[in-house]
Amino acid sequence: MAGINVNGRDFEVAAEPDTPLLWVLRDTLGMTGTKYGCGVAMCGACTVLIDGQATRSCQFPLESVGQSRITTIESIEEDEIGRKVVDAWVDIQVPQCGYCQSGQVMAATSLLKQNPHPTDADIADAMTNLCRCGTYNRIADAIRQVAAG
Amino acid sequence: MNFFSSIDSAQVVRLMHPEGITNLSRRRFLSFGAGAVVLGALLPDIPRRAFAAVPNAGPVKPGTRVPAFLLIGKDNSVKLLSPFVEGGQGISTGQAQIVGEELDVNPSRFVVECAPPGPDYAVVGGIRMTGGSFSTRSSYDVLRRMGATARDMFIRAAASRLGVAPASLTTEDGVVIHAASGRRVPYGDIAAEALALEPAENVPLRDPATFRYIRKPMPRLDARDKSTGKAIYAIDQKVDGMLYAAVQHAPHLGTEPENLANEAAVKAMPGVHSVHKLPGAVAVTADSWFRARKAVETLEVRWTQPTPTGFGSVAADYSSGGLLAALKASSGSGISAEQAGDVEAAFASATKVIEAEYDAPYLAHAQLEPPSTIARFNADGTLELWMPNQMPELFQLFASQTAGIPQDRVIIHSPILGGFFGRHFTYGPGNPFPQAILLAKATGKPVKVLWSREEEFKRDALRPLSFSRFSAALDKNGKPVAIKVRTVGEGPLGRYFGEAVAGPADSSAVEGLVEKPYAIPNRSMELVKFPHPVTIAFWRSVGHSMNDYFYEGFFDEMADAGGQDPYALRLELLGDTPRHLNLLRTVGELSGGWKRGPYASADGKRARGVSMASPFGSETATIAEVSLADGQVKVHNLWIAFDPGSIVNPAIVKSQVESAAALGLSATLFEELVYADGVRQSSNFDSYPILARDHMPAVHVEIVESGAPMGGVGEPGLPGIGPAVVNAVAALTGNHVRSLPLAKATFGSR
Ligand code: FES
Ligand code: FES
Repeated sequence: MAGINVNGRDFEVAAEPDTPLLWVLRDTLGMTGTKYGCGVAMCGACTVLIDGQATRSCQFPLESVGQSRITTIESIEEDEIGRKVVDAWVDIQVPQCGYCQSGQVMAATSLLKQNPHPTDADIADAMTNLCRCGTYNRIADAIRQVAAG
Repeated sequence: MNFFSSIDSAQVVRLMHPEGITNLSRRRFLSFGAGAVVLGALLPDIPRRAFAAVPNAGPVKPGTRVPAFLLIGKDNSVKLLSPFVEGGQGISTGQAQIVGEELDVNPSRFVVECAPPGPDYAVVGGIRMTGGSFSTRSSYDVLRRMGATARDMFIRAAASRLGVAPASLTTEDGVVIHAASGRRVPYGDIAAEALALEPAENVPLRDPATFRYIRKPMPRLDARDKSTGKAIYAIDQKVDGMLYAAVQHAPHLGTEPENLANEAAVKAMPGVHSVHKLPGAVAVTADSWFRARKAVETLEVRWTQPTPTGFGSVAADYSSGGLLAALKASSGSGISAEQAGDVEAAFASATKVIEAEYDAPYLAHAQLEPPSTIARFNADGTLELWMPNQMPELFQLFASQTAGIPQDRVIIHSPILGGFFGRHFTYGPGNPFPQAILLAKATGKPVKVLWSREEEFKRDALRPLSFSRFSAALDKNGKPVAIKVRTVGEGPLGRYFGEAVAGPADSSAVEGLVEKPYAIPNRSMELVKFPHPVTIAFWRSVGHSMNDYFYEGFFDEMADAGGQDPYALRLELLGDTPRHLNLLRTVGELSGGWKRGPYASADGKRARGVSMASPFGSETATIAEVSLADGQVKVHNLWIAFDPGSIVNPAIVKSQVESAAALGLSATLFEELVYADGVRQSSNFDSYPILARDHMPAVHVEIVESGAPMGGVGEPGLPGIGPAVVNAVAALTGNHVRSLPLAKATFGSR
């Protein structure tokens, strides 16, 4: 049994220590907003915040979680920046199939929390998640909209 | 250990050939316009058989029985059961706009779900499918009429409730209004009575001049759910008591598991329920997917020896390079796909003749959601399936055959798709649903099979590797007077649906090479059929995805050989076709006026290329601007003028063109699935790179509504990208690239 804190709540989970956080969230805790795309930290569909830092949960084992506070897409609108990011995503009409967008929203929220006025280069550095529907330009537009207030 | 009798994949493929189709006129399949035959032509027979099995179906005219489409709640909520599955193309929103316009309900209040199998939903020329960029254009009239018919039913129900004449009633956003008395009856109050009425025939439709929703840029209904993780895909489904299953596929297609050396040890791993041999795969079921995956990947499997290359089996020495060499070396005789004028005479009297060979690789769909299926046998003998699919009735038919039960005992749920691009048709060994059914049967429990990304790369069906040889005759003025194309290969339409649908020269192999708008008087295009041993697929824009690159790339070779500017030469050869001419001029203006370059810019020299394509009943003209960085191509801008005839939602049309452009650029720059020693060389996004944001250019889209019959939207933005980029590279470097992807080559500017 390992104790983890997700979205401000404590959970006890029975899973091997090497189980990626992604599968603990999805299959053990039933939080399916965080997506599986590649499992090898390449696509970013599984991005969550660990102590505020965007992290690819498919390569983050349960044993490394410790006391860290995990934030997933399920609670993103409870965060002030997160809510603004979601509003901008809707306003700019970013999602197409939507499958990558949980991870994109988490990555954008992490960026804007640390850097409220990112340059285009900052956006490029932070937003490396893949989108097979090619929504990259709208993602950047939505981030700029939040940054502009 | 459970042994299953092997699924004969050849048999599955054969089933996909429609029976009795020869009695139907091919013309009917072509009714959406030349070149658009592709997906609308699918299976006019099988679904009818599928529907015949539905109890009490009776003879149903698709799209007419209002209760099959609309569920109106007492709270006045509206749920639309859609014939189509939403996978990012925006079809749910578009359908809500079409129906809402006539029903008189604001589409933003709609909830849209993909309908279960049933005869009411066969609205694509008598069949049901989501694909071929057919959804909106094929169903537009039917669904408008359905919405108007429903509104009329609400008016009649309200009239009898209020004891007034129907003509004295109007409607306003889901409410029937009696203006004379000021009384208002919400649709939700009278839904039961209204939907029980006999639908009237020939209810008048709204005057398009008064449209409030159709043709407006309405936001997508699902944007917020998709931005907050609330949207539920197949991979997110769960049913009580289910086991999770992971698989390991045979490295060589067509081989079978022979021996499992460490089966006992794997069975003893934490959470493992059982170990299974499946056709072409092994599987482990467990209490979590991660445990199942770890266990199945621990299995030491001895596979049977690869058989010689055949249909559905890939030999130990098969390679994509070898296949391309075979296509090039083929001396087979071709079937004519297009013939005009006297080609031989034109070549004999030519001032100059040029030749070129073009090829394009196998491509994976690489949709971001890996495929999964939940299968559950219910106590009443039904089989219930949750799975990604673009054709519910066909999946239902095949599932019933795998399960050995009647088709009407199979219940299909079709969740939204995390991307598809042609991925979710029935592709023999390319779908997980047969595995889920076999495992549910063997374990007696519901089973969810999820393919890891690596297993998906082993079994995804592929855009065929393709090859065409061109030659052109130029006159003394440097103008092309004759063109010949010899294509060797195979298209998915011919493979899966046979000649009756695809035509003698498989349209999905030659579309983009034929019916070009240019006035070149002497033309000969032929197809030499050459089957691939791999599972080939429909891939966004199908034959256009490579053929428009081939043809339009060669067009610029003709222009350069004749000393012509490629844009000016296109204008000249489009002289007789105002629709194309207008589009080419529009994209020129959109880009700030045509200039080929090379020209200087802050980050070095840039150049531009232009292309035209006519996919799926729509027309595109595209200009790309490129430069070189470290010998690799960098695309800065894409300008696309897009004419789909007429539209439903301009915002969604624009976003679909942007998305198709990104996928087209991804394929042009990076994508290639290579076979070596009979094994696919890509296993994840590290070995199959796709477009990331650092290569995403600015995309500028202008929609032109010419008023031509409504064309497709989801795919047509794609085919023009490759040739526009390649032609820009030629302008910059002098090198006409004849083989994709561009990442294979290193460039220097001239
Ligand atoms: S699933 Fe974690 S990065 Fe792709
Ligand atoms: S919206 Fe489909 S993968 Fe990004």
